[in-house]
Amino acid sequence: MEKPRIERRAVYRHRLFTRIWHWLNALAVIVLIASGLMIFNAHPRLYWGNYGANFDPAWLELPGFPGWLTLPSYYSLSGARHWHLFFALVLAFGLLAYMIVGLVDRHIQRDLRIRARDLRPAALRTDLKAHWALRFHDPHDLRAYNIFQKLSYVAVIFVLTPLLILSGLALAPGMWPWIADLFGGRQSARSVHFIAMALMTAFVVVHLTLVILAGPINEVRSMLSGWWRAPEEDHS
Amino acid sequence: MITRRTLLVGTGATLLAGCDSLTNSPALMGADEAHRFLQRSITGRAALAREFRADQMSPRFRVNGTNNPNTPDYAALANNRFSDWRLAVDGLVARPLSLSLAQLQSLPQRAQITRHDCVEGWSAIGKWQGPRLETVLQLAGLRDTARYIVFHCADRIGGAPYYESIDLVDAFHPQTILAWAMNDATLSVGHGAPLRLRVERQLGYKHAKYVMRVQAVDSLAGIGGGKGGFWEDSNGYEWYAGI
Repeated sequence: MEKPRIERRAVYRHRLFTRIWHWLNALAVIVLIASGLMIFNAHPRLYWGNYGANFDPAWLELPGFPGWLTLPSYYSLSGARHWHLFFALVLAFGLLAYMIVGLVDRHIQRDLRIRARDLRPAALRTDLKAHWALRFHDPHDLRAYNIFQKLSYVAVIFVLTPLLILSGLALAPGMWPWIADLFGGRQSARSVHFIAMALMTAFVVVHLTLVILAGPINEVRSMLSGWWRAPEEDHS
Repeated sequence: MITRRTLLVGTGATLLAGCDSLTNSPALMGADEAHRFLQRSITGRAALAREFRADQMSPRFRVNGTNNPNTPDYAALANNRFSDWRLAVDGLVARPLSLSLAQLQSLPQRAQITRHDCVEGWSAIGKWQGPRLETVLQLAGLRDTARYIVFHCADRIGGAPYYESIDLVDAFHPQTILAWAMNDATLSVGHGAPLRLRVERQLGYKHAKYVMRVQAVDSLAGIGGGKGGFWEDSNGYEWYAGI
């Protein structure tokens, strides 16, 4: 109070539940991708339709992923399945809990709702320019997500992750057959599962890139403690 | 910045390497029980696997695992077109049976065109025919104390005899059959002649080939390595293979 000094306003950005869910997901997604690549290595060919094996035409054939990318790092289909089937439950029930809690406490409706005005071309252009200038938040509403954040979070939470779960369940012979039918057959579901994994990987890469560009210490701290500090230039 | 990222990636790689040691931990493997409980609760015990039309079948159904047991005993049986072969049905049953191929073929038959899903990821659609396992178990008079059905096979992998087991939910499932025919022909040696199990809501490794003996037991503890099957014992595969 004696002498003026520049303060950086801190805002409480993420609730405890969101933070716990975020880190649980971070772990689950990394484990699921790494173990999934090992499962893929057991038969590194993808098909469309209901059947597909060595004598059938594959639309994608890969040499197999190297050990440093897979879990476990040595070849083990059964070991990879232990990881995959455990963390599949973590991902699926975590998402379910998030949806219930987020709808009840209105976090989803309040913070993730995409409004028509957000999608106006002028608004999108403004936000895009701000992104190129590495400004990712609204100086007038520090807690708000920007439109590109909303679009990508909604896409991952409500489309991509459910698609991964559903296409994964379609592969299970003990589940209802209609789940595989939704995808046009089990091998199509396996292909969709793989493509969705690639999209999830792309999301993780972009997400981490933006965390680094936005100031990794501040961003990671906000996801640990909940408190996020506004940049100084916005202290107006 | 670069150093921090290198540190993060390095830490990540170290963590993943450290994860290797947790791969076969009971905590992880417990998920198998959870999936079994969830699937059985959600889908119901008698939900049927998809059956297909003849025009939806795989043009070529690959052989997997053992393609020939290659033991003197099996060769002798195969040379006689399995006319000397008998299926033993024993264990916790009132009437132990010894069934010839002709006897199995004279029981009420079920034919089904189903999709075989290998744990490795490939699928093949074929037609299978044989008596329902339930029919055979009723003929033998399954005792109340029986909990699992064990299938002892003629082939060995790495010296260990192949075997598999299922519980009574799968044993009495309408599509669980002892198949002696595939794609409207007698089962070939590559696909498990003279008899193979089809348990359609489980992955391929549960579909025991070259079945010689069906044994009803109250526990899997005393059999093989005690984990319910060859791959379960040797490689830690899940006993419940519905996912």
